[in-house]
Amino acid sequence: MNKTVNQKAWFLVLPVLILVGFSAVIPLMTVVNYSVQDTFGNNVFFWAGLDWFRDMLESERMWNALGRQLVFSGIILAIEVPLGIFVALNMPKKGFWASFCLVLMSLPLLIPWNVVGTIWQIFGRVDIGLLGYVLAKLGVNYNYTQNVIDAWATVIVMDVWHWTSLVALLAYAGLQSIPDAYYQAAKIDQASRWKVFRFIELPKMAGVLMIAILLRFMDSFMIYTEPFVVTGGGPGNATTFLSIDLVKMALGQFDLGPAAAFSLMYFLVILLISWVFYTVMTNLDKRDGV
Amino acid sequence: MAKITLDNLAHSYLKHPQSDDDWALKELNHDWVDGEAYALLGSSGCGKSTLLNIISGLLRPSRGRILFDGRDVTDAPTAERNIAQVFQFPVVYDTMSVGENLAFPLKNRGADPKYIAERVNAIAAMIGMEEQLKRKARGLTADAKQKISLGRGMVREDVNALLFDEPLTVIDPHMKWELRTQLKQLHHDFGHTMIYVTHDQTEALTFADKVVVMYDGRVVQIGTPQELFERPAHTFVGFFIGSPGMNLFDAQVSGTTATVQGVSVPLGDSYAPVAGQVQIGVRPEFVRLHAGGEGLPARITRVEDVGRHKIVRLDVGGTAANAILDEGTPVPAGADRVSFDADAINVYADDWRVAPQNLQGRAA
Ligand SMILES: Nc1ncnc2c1ncn2[C@@H]1O[C@H](COP(=O)(O)OP(=O)(O)O)[C@@H](O)[C@H]1O
Ligand SMILES: [Mg+2]
Repeated sequence: MNKTVNQKAWFLVLPVLILVGFSAVIPLMTVVNYSVQDTFGNNVFFWAGLDWFRDMLESERMWNALGRQLVFSGIILAIEVPLGIFVALNMPKKGFWASFCLVLMSLPLLIPWNVVGTIWQIFGRVDIGLLGYVLAKLGVNYNYTQNVIDAWATVIVMDVWHWTSLVALLAYAGLQSIPDAYYQAAKIDQASRWKVFRFIELPKMAGVLMIAILLRFMDSFMIYTEPFVVTGGGPGNATTFLSIDLVKMALGQFDLGPAAAFSLMYFLVILLISWVFYTVMTNLDKRDGV
Repeated sequence: MAKITLDNLAHSYLKHPQSDDDWALKELNHDWVDGEAYALLGSSGCGKSTLLNIISGLLRPSRGRILFDGRDVTDAPTAERNIAQVFQFPVVYDTMSVGENLAFPLKNRGADPKYIAERVNAIAAMIGMEEQLKRKARGLTADAKQKISLGRGMVREDVNALLFDEPLTVIDPHMKWELRTQLKQLHHDFGHTMIYVTHDQTEALTFADKVVVMYDGRVVQIGTPQELFERPAHTFVGFFIGSPGMNLFDAQVSGTTATVQGVSVPLGDSYAPVAGQVQIGVRPEFVRLHAGGEGLPARITRVEDVGRHKIVRLDVGGTAANAILDEGTPVPAGADRVSFDADAINVYADDWRVAPQNLQGRAA
């Protein structure tokens, strides 16, 4: 069959290219531009090659921030995923209470990041915050502005409060797609509650859980607003995660070169991890489809 | 193995059933004799799955009791009843291999590994999946999955009853026949009570010793295939069993004569006066066509040749009817009358069969 050749069709893609160019490629290139140059002010730049990248790779500060970041993402995933599954398993399957739970659980997801931060910043204050005040009255020595453990606990609990719903809702959607016949067959086969979870519910949820983990990892890896509002990265640098550190460097110290190199590497790390996730997921799918 | 008794059983999916229509199962009293193979036949939505789920304990009946060998198990959980059930929708455990799937019910009951391996191999041979035992169940075709479901249902030898809920719907005709033969063999070998749900009459009639016909939440007749054919207890049975189903004509009945459309039709038995909406039913096999003479005026609308016999579609004074002629028998030239074999006529009042007088007299 002869196909009509019409190269003019390429023009149809042009608007998208322009849009992506202005919204992503050009800003990214300015960052690339900064990352390979140095300046002594007055808007005069000179070539610095890969010096900033080498500096950043040798910088203890960046490795520390990366370490904190990984620990943070690891902890919130370890809490939110099992907790989300647990919540989803215990939600009503249908009727009024099912809708009620869904609405209730969506609420935290709808609150803007900085508001979440503010809520917890006030909530945890020892003088006027409900949580801080009650803890203090109970004799717990809690102070997130001075104590590293308290600061971490606050930031983690805040993230769990904010985002467990997302995991729960996705897991719930996965559970809802399981036909009744599976549960009936499991009863006939006398499978225990654990086996029902292990062999029916978990496999059926695997797909959505992968997505949930990927989303939560990416999002927590780039977290900025909430911990910034609550702890400002402190006490000291205890809760200074990658984004917070980056902003400190770029805007606080106006070290554009290092900050640009930093953000490019940050970007590459996220890209790399997403790619690994994607590969693992598609391989899982392939294994399924034999 | 056990005798299963349904005692005044009824079920509604609604919390507060009001009218008769709200009941998915109307009141039911029945004994499933130990070791017998039953087919449960009825059109879709008549309550067959509901009944099975109540027997296996997946569903608690709204009313009545269910007894195993006289022991009340109405509130006993599924596990305690020890029943195997295969569902219409194939269920396999995706992450397990075919063999693990088959072994699952035995493993859950803590059976001995050697015995499990033995049973799994035997069942795999029955369903023709010996080659695939090691393969993951995920991604198998629908009929392979259904075979695994079936296998899981048959793997336990000590069950009280085996319930099959339209298990062969997704399986191709040749395999269907083979699996049905296997099921019959299994019944022969182990003598389990089996209830096989289907809406396919051929399947029902070939599988079972006894066919239970359900209609609109009721059991309307229990009998051998022959009884269902000769003496349908309800017009639905007459219509549902046989192809085409029984012909029905509005009639007045008195003594040994029925009057249909002003024409007298002789009956094989004598009937006491019957009240309600009275009809006579006669299967197409017993409808005779002829030109002139006795009988009801009829017009042939179409003749269909279906291989072993011919189906003659008729218009009998505005009522559609069918007659069946053997392959070799020609349609009589100028046929404009039908008459019926008197002994093959059944009388119905409000859809239920009326017993003839002399039989009643004999029984009393
Ligand atoms: N889980 C359920 N909830 C409400 N109604 C149901 C449910 N299951 C079945 N029914 C209704 O009960 C009746 C009988 O259904 P079922 O037993 O599945 O019929 P069958 O198996 O003979 O096709 C149908 O009218 C159906 O709509
Ligand atoms: Mg059904």
